[in-house]
Amino acid sequence: MSTPTLDKHSAALDAAENTASHTIKVTFRIRRFNPEVSEEASWQDFELDIDPKERVLDALHKIKWDQDGTLTFRRSCAHGICGSDAMRINGKNRLACKTLIKDINPQKPITIEAIKGLTVLKDLVVDMEPFFQAYRDVMPFLITKGNEPTRERLQSPEDRERFDDTTKCILCAACTSSCPVFWNDGQYFGPAAIVNAHRFIFDSRDEGGEQRLEILNDKDGVWRCRTTFNCTDACPRGIEVTKAIQEVKRALITRRF
Amino acid sequence: MKIHKYDTVIVGAGGAGMRAAIESTKRSRTAVLTKLYPTRSHTGAAQGGMAAALANVEEDNWEWHTFDTIKGGDYLVDQDAAEILAKEAIDAVLDLEKMGLPFGRTPKGEIDQRRFGGHSRNHGEAPVRRACYSGDRTGHMILQTLYQNCVKEGVEFFNEFYVLDQLVVEEDGVKKSAGVVAYELATGEIHVFQAKSVIYASGGTGKFFKVTSNAHTLTGDGQAACYRRGLPLEDMEFFQFHPTGIWRMGILLTEGARGEGGILRNKDGERFMEKYAPVMKDLASRDVVSRSIYTEIREGRGCGPEGDHVYLDLTHLPPEQLDAKLPDITEFARTYLGIEPYTDPIPIQPTAHYAMGGIPTNVEGEVLSDNTTVVPGLYAAGEVACVSVHGANRLGTNSLLDINVFGRRAGIAAAEYCADHDFVELPEDPAQQVIDQVERLRNSTGTERVTELRKELQECMDANVMVFRTEQTIKTAVEKIGELRERYLNVSIQDKGKRFNTDLLEAIELGNLLDLAEVMAVSALARKESRGGHYREDFPNRDDVNFMRHTMAYREVGADGKESIRLDYKPVVQTRYQPMERKY
Ligand code: SF4
Ligand code: FES
Repeated sequence: MSTPTLDKHSAALDAAENTASHTIKVTFRIRRFNPEVSEEASWQDFELDIDPKERVLDALHKIKWDQDGTLTFRRSCAHGICGSDAMRINGKNRLACKTLIKDINPQKPITIEAIKGLTVLKDLVVDMEPFFQAYRDVMPFLITKGNEPTRERLQSPEDRERFDDTTKCILCAACTSSCPVFWNDGQYFGPAAIVNAHRFIFDSRDEGGEQRLEILNDKDGVWRCRTTFNCTDACPRGIEVTKAIQEVKRALITRRF
Repeated sequence: MKIHKYDTVIVGAGGAGMRAAIESTKRSRTAVLTKLYPTRSHTGAAQGGMAAALANVEEDNWEWHTFDTIKGGDYLVDQDAAEILAKEAIDAVLDLEKMGLPFGRTPKGEIDQRRFGGHSRNHGEAPVRRACYSGDRTGHMILQTLYQNCVKEGVEFFNEFYVLDQLVVEEDGVKKSAGVVAYELATGEIHVFQAKSVIYASGGTGKFFKVTSNAHTLTGDGQAACYRRGLPLEDMEFFQFHPTGIWRMGILLTEGARGEGGILRNKDGERFMEKYAPVMKDLASRDVVSRSIYTEIREGRGCGPEGDHVYLDLTHLPPEQLDAKLPDITEFARTYLGIEPYTDPIPIQPTAHYAMGGIPTNVEGEVLSDNTTVVPGLYAAGEVACVSVHGANRLGTNSLLDINVFGRRAGIAAAEYCADHDFVELPEDPAQQVIDQVERLRNSTGTERVTELRKELQECMDANVMVFRTEQTIKTAVEKIGELRERYLNVSIQDKGKRFNTDLLEAIELGNLLDLAEVMAVSALARKESRGGHYREDFPNRDDVNFMRHTMAYREVGADGKESIRLDYKPVVQTRYQPMERKY
């Protein structure tokens, strides 16, 4: 059994415990939009002295709190579990609270803009309604027939594991708003809705698979996916989104799930 | 201003609010007002599990669970409520399973269970496997499952509606709820919701501390709305400090990590919990573990260059076990600390986690306006409420349980109340107070800044009313909070717009935090004993003779307009368990 002592530290632990404050100058280039002020969106630069170990969300807070109170974004948990703060950071969809400044090349200006494909309402805030509507449209709830058992429904650990990956989704929209098909056609269900359909289609307790597959067989359904893998790259929960979509496609062909 | 009319209005869409909504929507016309999209609620941050004596993996029963809850709460728990909690836990878990929750499973396919702090077999003999879980994201799965079922039931949500005022009217000397006033974040518009019943399920107040596991949005909005309208707050001095937050950041690392075999170590590598809790060791209750950690730190055995933290050591556990049972928290360590928990211990410190106190209710979720009188039409459930099932210290996994048991109860009770009661007439100009509050902040030219006041508040709370308290530190806090409340009157904001004005929102939230921080400190000052999460170094023992009672704090406004806090006390309901000394 290992008993860590101060002299057996890894370099990573030493770095993590280092309290010496070390700040660098970073430029944040943020896409601003407020129709109360102007119909045009524009870029605005903010300079910060900040510890590169901090999160992009910390930087946004510093800007809002110390420089410009009108800067507007959504956030809540600050550690990647509530899904509030997906945004385009240096051209890639990420959660601001799960992205450390040091990991995104702070030597150059860091660009931050709202996720694409959903209407921007103010600065980094987009209209999430179409996104949640697509989610609701796939019937994201357990559908069962017959009488309920008195105790729990049984499910083997293997059957439970089958859909584990897609239960991790926090509905942040990073995947859907990174999808070129969705950018071109907002009617497409988008990866997040398919991920959540997958979560039920492959749940051994669920008996609504056929219904859900019919919904996804629609012209705006899974067949629109062109397997560009943007969604998988974007997912902050590490869900294999493209794989899940492929599995749903296969289930549509074989009708086995 | 818009006026809406619903039978039941629910404030908040975390676990308690949505569990209530599933019941009330079936029985009454219900609206859920939530300042966040429902799936953003902080229930989703809960990790380790939900307690229920299913006895799927070893012998267990609800009576043992009741006892553990009462003992864990240092006997300040209302025992009738704890019994309901433990008994109804079993159905609460089974209900969630039927709603689709993907619990971890045993080889037989039943719901699996794991160990958790303070949960024991046969009244403290040894740890018991009682926590039902889904990896280390049980709260996430509960939140998702409840939202999914709200979609199924067609629950009506008003997303990003921020409730700022509780309408209370007096009819024949009885305080009654008439509805709420809400601010629509997207447009700045003010909405009055007239309702036969209102359920508060708006969560905790952790943001008055600096190092906290709570989300930015947990600012005690429901507690503050009721308190300002003259309703009491119960046991606000009791706040839980979770032993294992990521050092300096406060991000929660579940107790399930210790349930899986994780060990706390000081800088010498010593498993120090053996000294403080010989039987339960690292799985003693949270207040005990947090105090032990700080004792180690104070006595110079803390880790790191400043000796200000200890380690959560998982390095002896097989990587497969960490991947299967603790994937999220190991990922947090990698993301935020850059370390590898397979091989490195994780720097941790106690983090402000959970408010045991809140809006007083009875076991049906009905809000009380004093020790016994119910406010007709007003309900509360979850962290915002104080039933009190958690007493002076909540056991891990009892909060996910609480939201389900009492969320459901409040939802049913509120909807049934609608069936045979009429609307209470709205007061004249129901939105006036909110309009004034919003306009004052929007137009203020004051020189104080929200950021600065909030920072000073959080630093003051961490320094003075955290794990260790004394008369002097609490007095310092009371004084400082008083000063901050004065300065708050002179606060101004930069965003003067109507659209998504989160600058304004943060200013309002700060006002709530300041009010509640004051109640907490004043309540703590008067409790000259140590019990559960409230530890007074100047009164290190529990004093059942003088303090086996709940604190009830009321806001009073004098004839001169000056505000003060009046403290009263309420007896603890004791049924079958006599207070004993608490040992783990
Ligand atoms: S699949 Fe991943 S990226 Fe898409 S909404 Fe869910 S968590 Fe976000
Ligand atoms: S703030 Fe919750 S995911 Fe980033």
